[in-house]
Amino acid sequence: MDAVNLWPLLGIGVVMLGFLLKFNPVLVVLVAGIVTGLAALMPMREILVQLGQGFLKTRTLPVILLLPLAVIGLAERHGLKQQAQNFIRNLKGATVGRLLTVYLAAREITAALGLTSLGGHPQMVRPLLSPMAEALAEQRWPSIPERLREKVKAMSAATDNIGLFFGEDIFVAFGAIVLMHTFLRESGVETNPLHIALWGIPTALCAFAIHAYRLQRMDQTLRRLQAVQLAAVSTTQPVERA
Amino acid sequence: MISLSFLYILVGLILLWTAILTLLNKQQPRRVASAAFWGCYALVFLIGDYLPPEVVGLMVVMLAILAGFGALSSAVPQLLSADKLQQSLNRIGKKIFLPALLIPIMTVFGVLVLSQIGNDNWQLLDPKNLTLVSLGIACIIAFIAACVITRESPVQGGIESKRLLEAMGWAVLLPQLLATLGLLFNNAGVGHAIAVLTETYLAVDHKLIAAATYAIAMALFTMIMGNAFAAFPVITAGIGIPVLMLQHGANPAVVAAIGMFCGYCGTLMTPMAANFNMVPAALLELKDQHAVIKAQTPTALTLLICNIFLLYFLAF
Repeated sequence: MDAVNLWPLLGIGVVMLGFLLKFNPVLVVLVAGIVTGLAALMPMREILVQLGQGFLKTRTLPVILLLPLAVIGLAERHGLKQQAQNFIRNLKGATVGRLLTVYLAAREITAALGLTSLGGHPQMVRPLLSPMAEALAEQRWPSIPERLREKVKAMSAATDNIGLFFGEDIFVAFGAIVLMHTFLRESGVETNPLHIALWGIPTALCAFAIHAYRLQRMDQTLRRLQAVQLAAVSTTQPVERA
Repeated sequence: MISLSFLYILVGLILLWTAILTLLNKQQPRRVASAAFWGCYALVFLIGDYLPPEVVGLMVVMLAILAGFGALSSAVPQLLSADKLQQSLNRIGKKIFLPALLIPIMTVFGVLVLSQIGNDNWQLLDPKNLTLVSLGIACIIAFIAACVITRESPVQGGIESKRLLEAMGWAVLLPQLLATLGLLFNNAGVGHAIAVLTETYLAVDHKLIAAATYAIAMALFTMIMGNAFAAFPVITAGIGIPVLMLQHGANPAVVAAIGMFCGYCGTLMTPMAANFNMVPAALLELKDQHAVIKAQTPTALTLLICNIFLLYFLAF
């Protein structure tokens, strides 16, 4: 094995440093691309060709993001968020943790059946899931601090991701299974795609258990912090309370 | 046949419309630069296939510079007045959920039913991109439903779409730019360099350590590449096959299944997986752009440890 060019690894360094120092991610990625190309001894023109070709090949990514926006925007304008919040407020016994746990289970199971398009950030989390979680948090704790409100919203997005990731991979026709099977075959290892899908189930169950536990803990934490805040208010304003 | 090029034209038109609205809005700050961004992005979708790749490359550099140096601005959202909104709430009621729910329902309908329309020579939907094309059709149907239910014109739909695009700002560009970087990494031999390094420097004899090395390497390399699919061939060829399967006789199906999931643990912890981690933070208008990653990291790390033990107990 002679002289492998290790310089292109510089690009990875640029990305890590850029993200750590919190430069604008778009610029970090652009600079990393150019550095990687130069390190691989590509002429500038070739780097531009690579950027152009790559960008054209990956146009499907923004498609998923952009197409639902007009629908969601119109519905939001006419009260989608308010209706979602009214609906969830009237549900007895609903908490942030319980709502997100039910969503996690539904997302994971439907993804395992191949129905990955039933969730997603633009069409489900922003217009429905996150406002519902926020409304539940607010219902129990009207003066919830902004920092915790943000946590509840971030957790809604996190729950969608986790449900999707650890569900879709046990669906046998999913691209990842095909990719693993094909790659192993090319490397001279025979596997059965169905076995790959089935051996994913233990991890999928663990993922659900771990995240559901954390969601339940979040409910407890919110309750505890609220109690702390109430105690603080009642000690600083004794006259008013009495 | 309805294929990807149909969706590209659709997205191109949405972006072009955003550019025109921005340029016409005299109140919007930096409107020319913003309009240049959306217009240039629209051209990539509308005529990108007919341009020489180096020209598209230059456009990518321009888009990144405009977005990266804060050229993108937002118009002040023109919301409905409080009593108009109340009227809508009373009149439309729960029907407002319909357009939002039509997107997933019609996508599934497209995948399961519309995909059957056609014969050997011609099919209604491009079978290679079934889910995406179905999503596109679902969005059109849902958009028509949204206009009817809210009694708004399609023009207002364009304004709302622009409002959400502007709320996301530069995060709109990031997933595609990162995917492009991934392809560039491959062509520049980054994966190969890492494979050589792991083969040369990682000699692991103990089964548990071997399992842990593979699992952690999958997660780390996924964090770097932002994509478990890119990490899987490199790390499996470097550690999975030679060490786990050949040296220790691990079951390949278990190694593959759990290995990929270790990669997904990495996906949950990296800003490089922008469409899952950075875009939602922008969509939810969170102040901390890493808030979603922070929410996911405890789950991801715990699960990674579980995976190491699952791999150890199930594969050998």
